[in-house]
Amino acid sequence: MYNTDVLIIGAGATGCAIARELSKYQLDIMVVDKNEDVGGDASKSNSAIIHTGYDAALGTLESELVVAANPMYDKLAQDLDVPFSRIGAILPAFTDEQFEKLPSIKEKAFKNRVYDVEYLTAEQLLKIEPNLNPEVKAGLYIPRESIIDPFLLVVALAENAHDNGVNFLLNTKVTNIITESGEIAAAETTAGTIQAKYIINAAGLYCDEIAQMVGKDEYYVNPRKGQFFILDKNTSCKVNTIVLPIPTKLTKGKLMCPTIHGNMLVGPTAEDLEDKIDKSTTSEGLSSILADVSKLVPNINIRDTITQYSGLRPNRNPEGLHIDTYEDVRNYVNLSGVRSTGLTASVAVGKYVVQTLLSIGMKGSFKADYIGIRKGIKRFNELSISEQDKLIKDNPKYGTVICRCETITEGEIIEAIHRPIPAKSMDAIKRRLRAGMGRCQGGFCGPKLLEILSRELGMPAEEVNKNCKGSYMIAGRVR
Amino acid sequence: MRKKDIICIICPIGCKITVSGEESRIDSMEGHTCKRGEGYAKDEFIHPVRILTSSVKVNNGKKQLIAVRSDKPVPKELLLECMEEIKRAEITAPIKCKDIVIKDILGTGINIVATGCDI
Amino acid sequence: MLDIKCDVAVIGGGPAGLAAAIAAKKEGADRVLIIERDSSLGGILQQCIHPGFGLTYYNEELTGPEYAGRFIDEADKLGVEVMLNSMVLEISPEGRIVCVNSENGMTCVDSRSVVLAMGCRERTRGNIMIPGTRPSGIYTAGSAQRLINRQNGMVGRKVVILGSGDIGMIMARRLTLEGAKVAAVIEIMDFLAGLTRNKVQCLDDFEIPLMLSHTVTGIVGHERITGVYAAEVDNDKKPVKETEQFIECDTLLLSVGLIPENELSRGSGVQICPITNGPVVNQYMQTSIPAFFAGGNVVHVNDLVDNVSTESMIAGASAAKFAMSTLPEFKSEIIMQPGENVRYISPHKIAVADAIDDVKLYFRVKTPGSDVKITVSCNGKIILGKKAAKVNPGEMEHVMLKASDIAAVAGNFVIDVVKGA
Repeated sequence: MYNTDVLIIGAGATGCAIARELSKYQLDIMVVDKNEDVGGDASKSNSAIIHTGYDAALGTLESELVVAANPMYDKLAQDLDVPFSRIGAILPAFTDEQFEKLPSIKEKAFKNRVYDVEYLTAEQLLKIEPNLNPEVKAGLYIPRESIIDPFLLVVALAENAHDNGVNFLLNTKVTNIITESGEIAAAETTAGTIQAKYIINAAGLYCDEIAQMVGKDEYYVNPRKGQFFILDKNTSCKVNTIVLPIPTKLTKGKLMCPTIHGNMLVGPTAEDLEDKIDKSTTSEGLSSILADVSKLVPNINIRDTITQYSGLRPNRNPEGLHIDTYEDVRNYVNLSGVRSTGLTASVAVGKYVVQTLLSIGMKGSFKADYIGIRKGIKRFNELSISEQDKLIKDNPKYGTVICRCETITEGEIIEAIHRPIPAKSMDAIKRRLRAGMGRCQGGFCGPKLLEILSRELGMPAEEVNKNCKGSYMIAGRVR
Repeated sequence: MRKKDIICIICPIGCKITVSGEESRIDSMEGHTCKRGEGYAKDEFIHPVRILTSSVKVNNGKKQLIAVRSDKPVPKELLLECMEEIKRAEITAPIKCKDIVIKDILGTGINIVATGCDI
Repeated sequence: MLDIKCDVAVIGGGPAGLAAAIAAKKEGADRVLIIERDSSLGGILQQCIHPGFGLTYYNEELTGPEYAGRFIDEADKLGVEVMLNSMVLEISPEGRIVCVNSENGMTCVDSRSVVLAMGCRERTRGNIMIPGTRPSGIYTAGSAQRLINRQNGMVGRKVVILGSGDIGMIMARRLTLEGAKVAAVIEIMDFLAGLTRNKVQCLDDFEIPLMLSHTVTGIVGHERITGVYAAEVDNDKKPVKETEQFIECDTLLLSVGLIPENELSRGSGVQICPITNGPVVNQYMQTSIPAFFAGGNVVHVNDLVDNVSTESMIAGASAAKFAMSTLPEFKSEIIMQPGENVRYISPHKIAVADAIDDVKLYFRVKTPGSDVKITVSCNGKIILGKKAAKVNPGEMEHVMLKASDIAAVAGNFVIDVVKGA
């Protein structure tokens, strides 16, 4: 039996951002998630782009939140020690039809209060992007479109929230929500009942199922799958900015951009699904990405791919980002339709939700001892040789390189396993440290990581999982 | 009357050899192109043998497992039974290469010996 | 920060590195240092517990650890120095090696010459873009081999293996002997990728089906893999949808190719051949950086470790000569050109000096052939020819060039493999 002031359902970008904001107040806060680690679903399988909101649907809450969020990232990334870079985006036009769309796109950006969108000539575009299709006629430049490490963003939000007193209960699924006299009372979960004064539904892909628990079924989640390629850091054909396609009536289109760590990212598709489980990549989907992006960057070398993945956007039907409160279910905040710009908007959503809670009567005074700074794990591969030497002399575990592709040491892995929100699975380590994200995709470091996890967690190797329960690595011992 | 199709492994040509006969008598052989192949096919027909390699559990060692091999080829039909013996076996460190881990396995006169070391 | 000086630094203590270090010592080099990232020497051989090593080098059939053991003993007797648990992070073109270990911290090795012997890594699922989910239970064959043979971890109970390379077939046998069921070995080409002896002793012996001209078209399973889709491929190697079948399994092993591990070489500016993905070398196994030599799988993927040893001894001896300034001056270069049905030739060049030795040229064919004629020609004139009953991409071929053949001509050499004796 647990008792808390505010219960947040979902530890994705949204849930963790809300948690961090709330942790500035003197409140007891708890976050639950059915997954074994923070990071959500969509929050860990997206294009890692921090949007400006230049193309958001006009006059919507989504547009307001994204546009407000974007400028926050410079300070946020610094405070939370998250890799982030404003590399900018280009929107090149190759046909007359596309060229004619440019003014309306710029105008829409303006109406969305994204004023710093500029026209660029073909020469200027080719100077920024030598690998761009030379048939480009002209285009737009959106300077504040940026890239981030999406895994570290969510981990950092969560760790900082935890540092400020938020409790995280993972591997915990909400099965029912109990109201009393039209007011939130508690949530029933697989870990027991959690009594709460306020409940926030930040369950993303499953937010419709949570909403139904309080009798609200005004919408449903229809997952929209997005498949992606990641290319080797050494790929022969790279881009420097986020290269965006001119949207058509049907789709926002497939892009190519660098990742914050130097790979190339290509995608996504947009496929509507029936169920929330299908995260498979398909040969048709992957081929369609290559076909579309080749029009932007003709020399893209897809054979340099090191991995492909897909994510499910928690699309809402009817569409639109909603942050709702209800007269007949008091002290409950429902978030739905958080997708596409969900990662970006998260920090603004966090603040918006806090304001919403205050407006519906939540009481909580400001914490004098709130710490807004969070330091990440010291990265061996970012240090100078003398700094590396000193680090090893202080802790010899930093002298054993485990992931050769990304130069990640045992010291960093051990730290990740013992941080307050610990990495307890292969993928949890991968997301925090990138071990397994290199070109060998864990072929070399995988067996070693398994050994380290088993040792540090004091569990037999057979019990170590790749991610969720049931994703065992080893079926048993040989002897 | 037994008939067996054999792919010779002596050289990269990999002749397909068909051998007919009984128990330990060869009546006919065709498909071979050299004396070495003929010899191999004969052995394969009458009494196929294989070098068996596996791992044995190590106690008190730096390693969990030690690599082992049969010091002579094992009759093919005994491979799986030998594996059962090997799975049950244990050896305590220190272990040197060629140390006998299982002596005279299944009464064949063949020893299972260490091919690595744990010292 | 530790600073070390040596004459020959060998990057990697596997079969290639060991052979190179031994040869360097025998050639007379004073300080020969092996820098090895593992906790023991032997490289990949430590996990290759199966027999098949040393057939030509020692005229015996040895297991991987046994074969490595002989070289480790000899290296020790000769006084080769070894730094274990040490990962090389970079090599400058001037031969300055930065490596790290937990004992010394950061270490800088200044060497007169360097032998690159880093071996190779495995092609991944991501490289070949197998569609489907991303559950646990998908391993490259070498990783699985390490887990089973060195970490006592049984990877799974019901296995499908993609790729009929040697590692895949060896693992098929290993898994079967440990009680797992191998449902099939699936191969996209219409011929076996590895050695025939492995097909016989690893697949046929255990009645494991080999599905040629097939590939895996999808992976199923959410937490752990539950099966794969496999389909026949057409002449363009494209899956034929109508032939797709589901094969249940809890493990998928990938034996779909090895890639020479040349990140360090690229970082130091060594010229890399786009076909082998290894350094361009001459018959001394010397790379485009005169002080850098290379041997073993880092140059080109070998089938037999015996060849790795022979080739790497040349690299080590040459590196020692370079360190002692006794490597001959080269006057000119002859380029080896792959001709008909030849994928690549190693070495890529012959450096011509006043005194020249015989050169053994290794090469691989592109497609299998039988009753073929192998010729080496220069300016259209055949200078050497031999017949072969059978050639396979999976089995390395060689021709021996006599010093007299090399000295007699001016022009590049072409190796052709044509049908008809």
